[in-house]
Amino acid sequence: MKLGRLLKTIFMLDFVKGLLIAIKEVFKSKKTINYPFEKGQVSPRARGEHALRRYPNGEERCIACKLCEAVCPAQAITIESSEREDGSRKTTRYDIDMLKCIYCGLCEESCPVDAIVQGPNFEFATETREELYYSKEKLLENGDRWENILAANIKADNPYR
Amino acid sequence: MNSFSILFNEVYKILFLLIPVLVTVAMIVWLDRRVWAFVQKRRGPNVVGPFGLLQSLADALKYIFKEIIIPASSNKVIFILAPITTMTLALIAWAVIPFGENLVLADINVGILYLFAVSSLGVYGIIMGGWASNSKYPFLGAIRSAAQMVSYEVSIGVIIINVLLCVGSLNLNDIVLAQKNMWFVVPLFPMFVIFFISALAETNRPPFDLPEAEAELVAGYQTEYSGMMYAMFWLGEYANILLMCAMGSILFLGGWLAPLEIEVLSFIPAPFWLIFKILFLFILFALVKAIVPRYRYDQLMKLGWKIFLPLSIIWVVITAGYLLYFNLLPVQL
Repeated sequence: MKLGRLLKTIFMLDFVKGLLIAIKEVFKSKKTINYPFEKGQVSPRARGEHALRRYPNGEERCIACKLCEAVCPAQAITIESSEREDGSRKTTRYDIDMLKCIYCGLCEESCPVDAIVQGPNFEFATETREELYYSKEKLLENGDRWENILAANIKADNPYR
Repeated sequence: MNSFSILFNEVYKILFLLIPVLVTVAMIVWLDRRVWAFVQKRRGPNVVGPFGLLQSLADALKYIFKEIIIPASSNKVIFILAPITTMTLALIAWAVIPFGENLVLADINVGILYLFAVSSLGVYGIIMGGWASNSKYPFLGAIRSAAQMVSYEVSIGVIIINVLLCVGSLNLNDIVLAQKNMWFVVPLFPMFVIFFISALAETNRPPFDLPEAEAELVAGYQTEYSGMMYAMFWLGEYANILLMCAMGSILFLGGWLAPLEIEVLSFIPAPFWLIFKILFLFILFALVKAIVPRYRYDQLMKLGWKIFLPLSIIWVVITAGYLLYFNLLPVQL
C-alpha cells in the first residue's frame, strides 16, 4: 500500500491523469454562451429595467396611488401628482433613481393597476450617473418599447400570483 | 561612417528579433487565457479580431491610457525602475537563443551561462518592485518570489550541468547540434520533468504562483502598480515564460532541429521547429495552470530543496559515471 503510494508520487500518476482529463475537456462542447452575440433565456419573472405601462387606448395606467413609493425599501421612487382637467388623478412626476433601486420587485407587486413593472431588459448600463435617474418620460418610453413582452410576461406569470 | 553602418546593421538585427518576440508575447497571453478557458469549457477571449487574437493589443492599449499611480510613500526611482528591469532582463536573454544554424544574434561561447545568469537576475525586478512599493503585500510577495526563484534556480543549474556533460560545450548552437541523433529528453527524461516543474516555479506560474497568490497577497509585488508599468511587469513575466520554454526546447527537445532526418520535415525551416517546440511547451504550461491547485509555501520549499536538488545531483553523478564508464565523454580529458 505504502509502496504503491510512493510509486504514484514518483511517477506523478495523479498529475498525468489530471493532464489527460484536461486535454479531453478541451475538445468537449462549451458550456458558456457567446454573450454579446448570443443571449441567455430570461424568465418572465425577471426583475430588470423598470417601465410604466399604458392602456391600449394610450392612457397611462398609473393612478398616482403612491403605493410603490411607500413600499420601496430603498426609497428610490419619487411621485408627485395632481388632478387632471377630466377629474382623474395622474402623476406629474414619477422618478426612479436606478442607482438606489435594489430591484426587489416590490413596486411591481404593490401596483394595483399593473402600471409600474420590471421588464426583461438588464442591459441599460450608462456612462454617467445622471442617465440613470429615470424620469416619467423615460419610463413611459420604456413601457412603449417593451409593451409586447411585458404584457406576455404578466400573462405568463398570472397563474402564480 | 563605417562604424555607423555597423551600428545600424546591429540595431536592425536586434529589432528584427525583438519585435517578433514582443508580438509573440502578446499572442501567448491570448493563448494562455484561451487554453485555460477551454479546459474549463469556457470560450475565453474571442471578440477582438479573429478568434480574439487581438485581445492583448486591446489590453495593452487600455494599459497605455490608464493613469500611472506612484504611491506617495514609495521609493520613486526604484519603483519606476523595477518594471523596466523586469522587462529588459526578460528581453535581452533572447539575444543568445539560436533560431537556426546561423540565425542567432550573439553566438557567444558561454550562451547557456548568459541565459542562466540573465534569468537569475530577473528576481531583481521583482524584489525592487516589492521593496520600493513600501507596502506590505508587495513586500511579502517579493520576499516569497525571491526565495522561490533562488531555490529553484539551484536545481535548474544542476540540471543544466547534466546536459552540459553530454555536450561538452556551453554554446547553445553546439547543444542543439549535439542532439542530432537523439534529443536529450530521451536519456535525461527525469531531468526534463524536473526542469519543467522548476521552470514553473522560476516563472511564478501555478501551482507555484505564491508570490501573487490573490487570496492572501492581493497581487503580490504588482499590487501598487498600474497602467503601463503594470503592463511591463506582465510583458516581462510572459517573456520570461517564453524564454523558459525556449530554454527547455533547446536543452531537451533539440532546439531548431527537425524531429527526424527526413526530407519532408527538413523542408520546414529551422526557426519554425523551435517555435513549434516553444509553443508545445507553453501549451503544457497553460494546461498545468488550469489543472493544479496552489502549493503551500513549506511544500514548495521542501520540493525544491529536499527532492529536486538531491535528485538532480544524483542524476549528475549517474550521467557522469555512465559517460566515463562507456568512454562517451564529448571532451577527452
